[in-house]
Amino acid sequence: MSIFEDITAIQNIIYIVASILFISGIKMLGKEDTAVKGNFLSAFAMFIAVLATIIFIVDPVILLGGILLGAIIGSTIALKVKMTSIPEMVALFNGFGGLATFLIAWSEYNSIPDNYFQYLLVMVTLYIGGVTFTGSLIAYGKLSEKLKVAKTSIVTKIFTTIFYGSILFLIFSILLPFLPELGFNFFTVLLAITLLGGIGFVLPIGGGDMPVVISLLNSFSGIAAAFAGLLLLNNVLIVAGSLVGASGLILTVIMAKAMNRSINNILFVGYASVSKGSSSEEQGEVSPINVADAFLILESASSVLIIPGYGMAVAQAQHVVRELGELLEENGTEVKYGIHPVAGRMPGHMNVLLAEANVPYDVLAEPDDVNPIMDSVDVAVVIGANDVVNPSATEEPGSPIYGMPIIEVHNAKTVFVLKRSMSSGFAGVQNPLFFKQNTRMLFGDAKESIGGLVSEFKD
Amino acid sequence: MEIYALLGFVLILSIYLGLELISKVPSTLHTPLMSGANAISGIALVGALVLSTDSNLQSAIAFLAVLFASINVFGGYLVTNRMLKMFKKK
Repeated sequence: MSIFEDITAIQNIIYIVASILFISGIKMLGKEDTAVKGNFLSAFAMFIAVLATIIFIVDPVILLGGILLGAIIGSTIALKVKMTSIPEMVALFNGFGGLATFLIAWSEYNSIPDNYFQYLLVMVTLYIGGVTFTGSLIAYGKLSEKLKVAKTSIVTKIFTTIFYGSILFLIFSILLPFLPELGFNFFTVLLAITLLGGIGFVLPIGGGDMPVVISLLNSFSGIAAAFAGLLLLNNVLIVAGSLVGASGLILTVIMAKAMNRSINNILFVGYASVSKGSSSEEQGEVSPINVADAFLILESASSVLIIPGYGMAVAQAQHVVRELGELLEENGTEVKYGIHPVAGRMPGHMNVLLAEANVPYDVLAEPDDVNPIMDSVDVAVVIGANDVVNPSATEEPGSPIYGMPIIEVHNAKTVFVLKRSMSSGFAGVQNPLFFKQNTRMLFGDAKESIGGLVSEFKD
Repeated sequence: MEIYALLGFVLILSIYLGLELISKVPSTLHTPLMSGANAISGIALVGALVLSTDSNLQSAIAFLAVLFASINVFGGYLVTNRMLKMFKKK
């Protein structure tokens, strides 16, 4: 055995160890008590996998320089970013992973594939990686509110067309070796149309559907890495990539189920083309309430359930909400938070915001936990949530959101809805909750309203 | 082609393993799981490190691939860790 073979053997053993550590790491990441350790384990796995690879490095100066620069940039962003901006940072990092696989496929294409199967892998890896990259950038723009393009705008329509065109062009590229010579540089076109197609993939998808898209893009980045592993004949890339692909897929399914919609409907149809529900315009009168009266009701409540939504994120009200929760508890009230899986703009968005405001995670309950005990709740406080508490989902078979699992706040004794105006939620469906007998509307900015309640409690 | 059959087997088995491992995740961990998984997808770094650098274009591609995969790895793990540290029990 030559030294070269020895090193390859050692490298493969390290890759197997890294794969096992990745598997345990991601498993531990799925449980609250072990999540931090799981993340460390997978970081360690990454470390040894990279170390084992560096042995064979071709051009140390360029590549180690790349790692160093990437480490500096990545760490700076990760440590400096505000906690509330974490959702969009995750989207951005995800995009960079996609870009890396896109570049790997590009490089392998330039090295001239040995056989058709390799060629096929190059095309598929390039496409998934590229779409993940630009798609994640658009998701980043939407989450950070830097990008505002209407679904119906001409720009969106053009990019959506390019997206479908890019799929056709990918198929064409895959079949190209079987076609007569065409005499134009198809590969440059493929590079460009893939990147533009990624934009068109995410651009038409509305804010409330973002949790699904983000999870799907997450899954894509893993699948792209796994395909790159097939291309480079590297087992640790395949295992780690597949794990990410699987976890992203699970999250995607959880999100889609929480909306009772198919993934196809979310990605390619959207709410707009669902026929408008049967709900009539005449819904009756809403009963507004002011802060002082709301305070009196809250003060005498023995159990309160807080249901946050995207509105809480927009108003950055999580800190005053936590303060209100603490004051209520000091007053002897039992306080819980009802968190809907798709509340907010990404999976677990509300959990991250509330954790940032120091709300312990064991007072956060899922719909299945709070719905059975809803009639014992004295006051349900809905903060900037709409569709996830819309009783049409259980009561009106004609409604576009019928069948979506909701937090059934309308069964609570009293419901406070904190809202800026009477506009409907993301789904564009009128919410009968606002017109129920037991509902009181507290109009205004959520942060100011809650702040008002907090100062009432303090006086 | 035999090697592809073998690696394809590894691919399918790993996806199945992943689906089995993470089927039930508490919603508290949805974002950290995504972010942590996302850091793992930075494993593309291992692929990026072995790319050819035999022309200027190839060197540039390899360098950028390493750079962006590294940002993904370092940023991903650190953000996940920061996020997980926020989650506290009562």
